[in-house]
Amino acid sequence: MLTDMMMFILYLAVLLLLAWPFSKYLAKVFTMEKTVLDPVCQPLERLVYRLSAVNPDQEMNWRQYASALIWFNVLGAFAVFLIELVQGALFWNPAGLSGVAPWHLALNTAVSFMTNTNWQAYSGESTMSYFTQMTALTVQNFVSAAVGLSVAAALIRGFTRKTTSAIGNFWVDLVRSIFRVLLPLAIIFTLILVQQGVIQNLDSYLTVHTLEGVEQTIGMGPVASQEAIKILGTNGGGFFNANSAHPFENPTPLSNFLQVISIFLIPTGLVIAFGNIAGDFRQGYAVLAAMLLLFCIMLTGTYLSEAYGNPILANLGIDQPTSMEGKEVRFGIAGSALFATVTTAASCGAVNAMHDSFTPLGGFFPLVQMKLGEVIVGGVGAGFYGMMLFVVLTVFIVGLMVGRTPEYLGKKIEARETKMATLGILLPAVMMLTGSALAAVIEAGTSVVLNPGPHGLSEIVYAFASAAGNNGSAFAGLSANSLFYNLMLALSMLVGRFGVILPVLAIAGSMAEKKTSPPGPGTFPTTGWLFVILLAGIILIVGALTFLPVLTLGPIVEQLLMLQGSMF
Amino acid sequence: MNTRSSFNKVILGAAIRDSFCKLDPRIQWRNPVMFIVYIGAMITTWFTLRDLIVESAQATVFTTQITLWLWFTVLFANFAEAVAEGRGKAQANALRSSRSQTKAKKVTNSGTILVDAVELRKGDLVFIEAGDFIPGDGEIIEGMASVDESAVTGESAPVIREAGGDKSSVTGGTRVLSDWIKIRITANPGETFLDKMISLVEGAKRQKTPNEIALTILLVGLTIVFLFAVATLAPYAAYSGVEISAAVLIALLICLIPTTIGGLLSAIGIAGMDRLLKRNVLAMSGRAVEAAGDVDALLLDKTGTITLGNRMATEFMPAPGISPEQMADAAQLASLADETPEGRSIVILAKEKYKLRERNLTSLEAEFVPFTAQTRMSGVNIKGQEIRKGAMDAIKKYTQSKGGSFPDAVDQACEKIAKAGGTPLVVADGARVLGAIHLKDIVKGGIKERFRDLRQMGIKTVMITGDNPLTAAAIAAEAGVDDFLAEATPEDKLRLIRDYQEKGMLVAMTGDGTNDAPALAQADVGVAMNSGTQAAKEAGNMVDLDSNPTKLIEVVEIGKQLLITRGSLTTFSVANDVAKYFAIIPAMFAPAFPVLNVFNLMGLATPESAILSAVIFNALIIIALVPLALRGVQYRPVGAEVLLRRNLLIYGLGGIVAPFIGIKLIDIIIVALRLV
Repeated sequence: MLTDMMMFILYLAVLLLLAWPFSKYLAKVFTMEKTVLDPVCQPLERLVYRLSAVNPDQEMNWRQYASALIWFNVLGAFAVFLIELVQGALFWNPAGLSGVAPWHLALNTAVSFMTNTNWQAYSGESTMSYFTQMTALTVQNFVSAAVGLSVAAALIRGFTRKTTSAIGNFWVDLVRSIFRVLLPLAIIFTLILVQQGVIQNLDSYLTVHTLEGVEQTIGMGPVASQEAIKILGTNGGGFFNANSAHPFENPTPLSNFLQVISIFLIPTGLVIAFGNIAGDFRQGYAVLAAMLLLFCIMLTGTYLSEAYGNPILANLGIDQPTSMEGKEVRFGIAGSALFATVTTAASCGAVNAMHDSFTPLGGFFPLVQMKLGEVIVGGVGAGFYGMMLFVVLTVFIVGLMVGRTPEYLGKKIEARETKMATLGILLPAVMMLTGSALAAVIEAGTSVVLNPGPHGLSEIVYAFASAAGNNGSAFAGLSANSLFYNLMLALSMLVGRFGVILPVLAIAGSMAEKKTSPPGPGTFPTTGWLFVILLAGIILIVGALTFLPVLTLGPIVEQLLMLQGSMF
Repeated sequence: MNTRSSFNKVILGAAIRDSFCKLDPRIQWRNPVMFIVYIGAMITTWFTLRDLIVESAQATVFTTQITLWLWFTVLFANFAEAVAEGRGKAQANALRSSRSQTKAKKVTNSGTILVDAVELRKGDLVFIEAGDFIPGDGEIIEGMASVDESAVTGESAPVIREAGGDKSSVTGGTRVLSDWIKIRITANPGETFLDKMISLVEGAKRQKTPNEIALTILLVGLTIVFLFAVATLAPYAAYSGVEISAAVLIALLICLIPTTIGGLLSAIGIAGMDRLLKRNVLAMSGRAVEAAGDVDALLLDKTGTITLGNRMATEFMPAPGISPEQMADAAQLASLADETPEGRSIVILAKEKYKLRERNLTSLEAEFVPFTAQTRMSGVNIKGQEIRKGAMDAIKKYTQSKGGSFPDAVDQACEKIAKAGGTPLVVADGARVLGAIHLKDIVKGGIKERFRDLRQMGIKTVMITGDNPLTAAAIAAEAGVDDFLAEATPEDKLRLIRDYQEKGMLVAMTGDGTNDAPALAQADVGVAMNSGTQAAKEAGNMVDLDSNPTKLIEVVEIGKQLLITRGSLTTFSVANDVAKYFAIIPAMFAPAFPVLNVFNLMGLATPESAILSAVIFNALIIIALVPLALRGVQYRPVGAEVLLRRNLLIYGLGGIVAPFIGIKLIDIIIVALRLV
């Protein structure tokens, strides 16, 4: 217990220690200041701009920005879809895999990687060729994270600029995010992972004879390079079906620790960078404090639930800990609980243990984090801009309570911003509710659920929360590769991604046009503890009010029944 | 007191009647949150009627009660709005009666003819004598009269209106008490001040203010979320094998959506305008009231706002070799015929300080020399003495022309006076300078405290004055304003406002003169004095009927109060939902999953009583909060953080705790009365 606690504290300490210097660099990238990587990056970027006929000095208004972003994503998803279908005819396919079938699985996967969700209704080693993994999925791992960063950068500009309609150039933000942030970090992290034992090859699958005398096929592949960006870009799509529980993806406790650090690194750094750019570092720390406060609550919840375990198993005389089912022994309860909390907090979705096997309450916390809108640290870029919607909402309520038209960073929050923030929070929530409600009553939805009772409901609810939250982790227990789930979850992912991005860009646009008023004693400071607690409180209240009924019927009732002695 | 309670009875009676009239779907549609309740009530009504026919009466006892309470919820919200409108309506009726058919003496080339007031158009000339009602808004072009403006201002003391200057505008519906005036009509019938006032107080043209719109969007967003949360509950329940009736789902929905704030929102807005009206401020739009709550800088004219209108003599500073008595005597003589307030104050000071009695000029055979723009002096000639008083440079010129010299000591005295924020007045007898009089601006009592309050609210105060910077600085320091603009021209004022706005600040100002009009129009909140010119009144977005410039401070407070009331009730409304979940969720699911009874924290008797209690609480809380909505949440000029902590404690924490107690009490009563 004590060592577990110390690991959690060490985790937060290392995270903040790395995020702090990184944030300064990140701020420079988005304010176009000089950085150490200029000599390497600038020629490359200029080449890209020239090849793609982009004028990097031409800034865009929010509509132009949004339209460039949408087109880029539509074409990106289409490319992934095509590659999946024709991979059988392409090279780098030592396992001889044919094109991804059925078509709706290919579509679901294309949408999934484009939206930074990485929901996987397939097993990587038996579905995707090396070519697809590298040119389609890994590419999207980079660009979807870069899109998130770009939107965040545009929003920061909206908050910090005044009386202009320009919020930056999407292509420039995209290119800089890739060349200056994601690629350098991914290269470093890949090398570390290889050192830890993650494989990186284009070999054919190995066939080995086990001790039991049976034959086993072991998947190979360029894992480390994909693993790094899967984690850093909060994508979460595993090379193998077992994801980060697989020893070739996540071999050691140290690699595990580095993976959980890496998941939070960019999102955390971004929030601090926001404060830097806004000219008041406390603004960034306040938002980060609200995120980490919620994170600590969730981590404590998950960890304690798992540590407490299952009393039914304890009664059967099984030694403590009783909840090792679905967990890797090399990670233990603490390593698994930490990973599960981090991956669902950050809309990463990589897993190192099977969430379906957690105790009901242990699965409840990851589920809640996704339902809250993936704003507890959140995905790369997405966590920050999603959180800003709650900030707008909080500031609005606070402004009313102190008798002043609400202001954030000196910008008045008016009808348009309120509308967009409400929309951005509402759309994913409504998608989660309706999608899972529909699945709960139609045959196509219920027939593939593997567990009865409340646990079955949790499996459905988790799938839609994961998709609309752009998380991508699976609760398992649901055979999701069906026409209904592939299409419904693809829709959920689109709503969860663009239903937030578009309102956020609209807010960036209208904020940039506003004047900035100087703060006075009548303005409520958005940097103190009161604000942090309020922000966290409003996120919890909105989530609780929206999802309490369904959570009651799912994990809550299941936990209560487990304590009474029934399991599902 | 008696008339007040009967007035209230009339309003309440009318409000109850109005609550039913407002059941019109076209009216309900305007309030999206309450419209959902309205639809919900209709659906449960239909279920109840169907059940009554199909099943026994016993089975429908529960749904009937739910239905009734849903209708009560709608009615209570209607009632809140009707009560808020009531006061304005009563006042509008009173105003209308003063607009009753008046005749006007229209001046034409061929003399005056009698016409109906409604026939008057802009530009017509009208002659008004003592006893006549003024037929329309206008500008006096000739004459002077005392006017009874009580119909508009409620103030019974008559006021003087005269041609030229800043007191030339008259309002239709007021009455001339003495003398006569000739006015040019400045507004067509239907557009007069009185007409505007009637439509404003009635709330007929009330539009939602920007902040109200933003809040409504948030409330609609919440309502949509709850609509989905409840609607999807049916499939989830079906999957879990729980049966939930439609009436219960509707009851849950109504309990969760923010009906408390939704039902009171328009009442809060109307009541805010009404509070302004009670202070005799007429806001031309709700937007202006809201802007007032946000004001960052307040521009106040020195004279009349910060200082009493007139300067007073406070000290005689004799020249070397002159005794104070000697100087006071000359100063008093020079001022005896001077009827200006300054002149009077010199006479009084001499009397109080040196026991010099007022003398009669005629008995002294003195000749009064009046003030002219050329000499810029006034005084008397008595028996060869030529006593003069005036500004320093004017007297300097005068004495020098007489061959005298201006003593350095008086020069220094004048400088000292100016530094202290006063105006020096020099007295001379022929070529001999007698000394300087200190005319002082008297800062109004209590104004310093008000500025301190404003500073705590985060509002910067700026004094505008025509005085020189030295004088202005001294008065600014004495009054405790944050900044001042000296030697201000109308252009300077306008520039100052623009500068502040450029920095993102909201500016409020008061004004009355025609030359204030551009600045009033530029300011975010421009309060025109009712006594001011027509141009000023049209440029501003508020009119202060009492013409009291310090009222701006109260307007700011009312603006803030309006937002705070909305915010607090929104918080309260949402916080209430926590307890309602604890009442309803176990009630809905416990039949299928008895374990969920652990969440029945309140120990409610049965599922039916729990749901009914929550619905009843939800309806009653609207009525309970009507007085608060009308009165507004108290505003204190403390820092934002203190204010927030206090309001969060009362309305946030209170909002969580109150329904736990309320629902439990209602449950006990329901069980005692055997209602379910």
